[in-house]
Amino acid sequence: MNEAREEALFSLANRWFVGSVTFTAALAIVSALVGLIILPRLQSDVVDLKGLWDSICSAAGVAARPSSETPVEATFVTSTVQLNPGRFAHPSAESIARGKAIARTCAACHGGVDGTRAKFPSPNLAGQPAGAIFKQLRDYQTGARVSVVMRQYVQALSEQDALDLSAYYAQARREAEPVRLGMREPPIVAIGSPTRNVPACGSCHGSGDLKIGTPWLDGQPVVYLRAQLAAYASGRRTNDIDKQMRNIARNMSSAEIDEAARYYASRP
Amino acid sequence: MINNSRLILAHFWLAFISFAIAIVLGAWQMLIRTPLHSSFGTSDWYFRSVTAHGSIMAYVFPTLVSMGFGYAISELSLKRPLAGVQAAWVGFFVLLAGSVIASLTISAGEASVLFTFYPPLIGNPLFYVGLVLIVLGSWIWVALMSINLRYWKRENPGKPVPLAMYANVASSYLWGWTALGATLELILQILPVAAGLRTTIDAGLARLFFSWTLHAIVYFWLMPAYIAYYTIVPRAIGGRLYSDTMGRVSFILFLVVAMPIGIHHLYTDPEVGAGFKFMHSTLTALVALPTLLTVFTICASVETAARLRGGKGWFGWVKALPWQNPMMLAVTFSFLLLGFGGAGGIINMSYQLDTSIHNTQWVTAHFHLIYGGAIVIMYFAIAYDLWPHLTGRELGNVALIRAQLWTWFIGIVVTTFPWHYVGLLGMPRRMAYYDYSNPTLSPQALSVVVSAVGGIVVVISALLFLAILWKGHRGRRVDPGVYRFSTPIYEPARPLVALHSYGLWLTLMIGLTAVNYGFPIIQMASQGHSVSAVYVGANR
Repeated sequence: MNEAREEALFSLANRWFVGSVTFTAALAIVSALVGLIILPRLQSDVVDLKGLWDSICSAAGVAARPSSETPVEATFVTSTVQLNPGRFAHPSAESIARGKAIARTCAACHGGVDGTRAKFPSPNLAGQPAGAIFKQLRDYQTGARVSVVMRQYVQALSEQDALDLSAYYAQARREAEPVRLGMREPPIVAIGSPTRNVPACGSCHGSGDLKIGTPWLDGQPVVYLRAQLAAYASGRRTNDIDKQMRNIARNMSSAEIDEAARYYASRP
Repeated sequence: MINNSRLILAHFWLAFISFAIAIVLGAWQMLIRTPLHSSFGTSDWYFRSVTAHGSIMAYVFPTLVSMGFGYAISELSLKRPLAGVQAAWVGFFVLLAGSVIASLTISAGEASVLFTFYPPLIGNPLFYVGLVLIVLGSWIWVALMSINLRYWKRENPGKPVPLAMYANVASSYLWGWTALGATLELILQILPVAAGLRTTIDAGLARLFFSWTLHAIVYFWLMPAYIAYYTIVPRAIGGRLYSDTMGRVSFILFLVVAMPIGIHHLYTDPEVGAGFKFMHSTLTALVALPTLLTVFTICASVETAARLRGGKGWFGWVKALPWQNPMMLAVTFSFLLLGFGGAGGIINMSYQLDTSIHNTQWVTAHFHLIYGGAIVIMYFAIAYDLWPHLTGRELGNVALIRAQLWTWFIGIVVTTFPWHYVGLLGMPRRMAYYDYSNPTLSPQALSVVVSAVGGIVVVISALLFLAILWKGHRGRRVDPGVYRFSTPIYEPARPLVALHSYGLWLTLMIGLTAVNYGFPIIQMASQGHSVSAVYVGANR
């Protein structure tokens, strides 16, 4: 009765053991040989391989040498700001208070201290996510974003000042505008135009979702929004990451730019 | 009657109710993607729905069916009471709690990251906690299946392990090992970021871990269907299983080669070397082997049944088959759709051909065809077959059951065939909105509408299925008799230890996984390329 038990499985006498291990090992070895050695050699006309080890490294995804091509240098100053969600989380009360003191200078145009609103056509900063404010401040400082007016105000700000200002504005509230009739969300904001590679405005800038570093557009002046989209489209503004906004604005029609600007301006 | 019918019914009902919710969401998604739906809003609700649909269909529904069916197999095939009934209930409630937590988080719009997680997208930690609980609950089942088989072996030394239980335990081991990849991804990578302990994530490594789970999970979904092919279908249509050994070899092959193939989901991922993509492609091709063995064996078993019923000639026997029998219909539909789905799968697994369909609707259509067509229809058949034994009542109208299977088959064909076609035209997947007024997209509009109509037929069929089961609790009391699995034509004279144990096959499974995944994981983990997390739904 105990025949099955007596038969040793992990033994060279068991043909199932020998057969299956041989088959599996052969399979692994042959597929590795073809994948890691033979196929890369067959493609040596496109990949410059120096030998056996080189072909194995190449097929295993290890970069043997850095690319010889020199990267294209931008002809303008690019943004160097690194954004990280953790950086702006939980600011201290002290940081917010320091930010408020600095913000008194900004408030003349941008509002946001003691519930005030921005003076037309400057953007409202109260309630803006900290990452968005911080990025713009640093970009003005490095010259990645160009503004004759803003440059003089930001030059003296230290990194900590910029963080404090961002922390303050992120929690500040602005005076609500008198109630306006809400405009229906235009397609460009809700769904974008996928065939032209234009994502929905709302997926980053609010109404749908908000991504780190992107400003909240609700209640911003229509003139300001339109001017920024035009600046991106023409390439005058270049501090967006990976050309995101330049590519988007360039593919938007002027009617869509107008709709999006009016829609966001119409929101409280 | 089955002793643990309450336990098994709890698993089945939770499975089927969640399935019903998910399928209605799926049909709604198809409908709002068509040109029939002109009003637009943000895609937020669409992605909540896709996340819920995917999470239920991938993690909750098939796992519960496997668990419920597994407990039934253990009791019925080993002919001994299930050991660890309390632990089984604990597993069920852990899974239930996980499902509820994950569903609520998804509904609140806090986790619209789809069931595949897509890091660096990060949702609310509760979503991932819910999924981890689902896996933990199912691992209790994995342990119980193994323990029950061990007890039986101790009581029955030297006896052949019943094929149904052998396959069932193989399925549980496959799940135990394959679920590890996604679990590691969740615990080591995603949860710390979701909880705010870290703000960057190695998205490439996370995807690699997920691919560990993502393909073999499909074979875990398939397992109950394959178990039904071998151990229920031949008996239900009045025949015998052509080969018991072939069944065992098929399940062993699934165990060994289904696992180290997941990188074929990462063909366009630049972080994985082309050599490893080729190695995974080779093994993916090999997974066709157990399916071919199964198709051959089951067709031979079906032919045996037909000849026993007086079927004659080369093909004349097909007419003699019991076409009024729901099981006959189910296995026929399942095989037909498995054939089409498998053919599509060969395109997906080819490194070069994949580039033409990668990230298009073709892929979505493919896995709906395999899953809905070949697998879920067998889940229906399993439920129909077991129900009288679980309830002690007659299941009722056979014509209604046939209508349910027919509508399901037609619905799946109408849904998935045009869906494949628009994929070939280049329609991308994972999008909520398509502008059909654009001349490049307008030729796809008709196919998309036809596909959505198929989706509605599928929903009707699913609701009919639930109604039949529900009515089954109110049918006439009957004695369903002793439950029997199929008997093979030739009983094995002497059980071979290799075909009645798992040690060798698990060793090979782990060994092949190490060969195919070891280096890519070590390489990516040592490079430590991380990107900033993108939190979903966390802002206003």
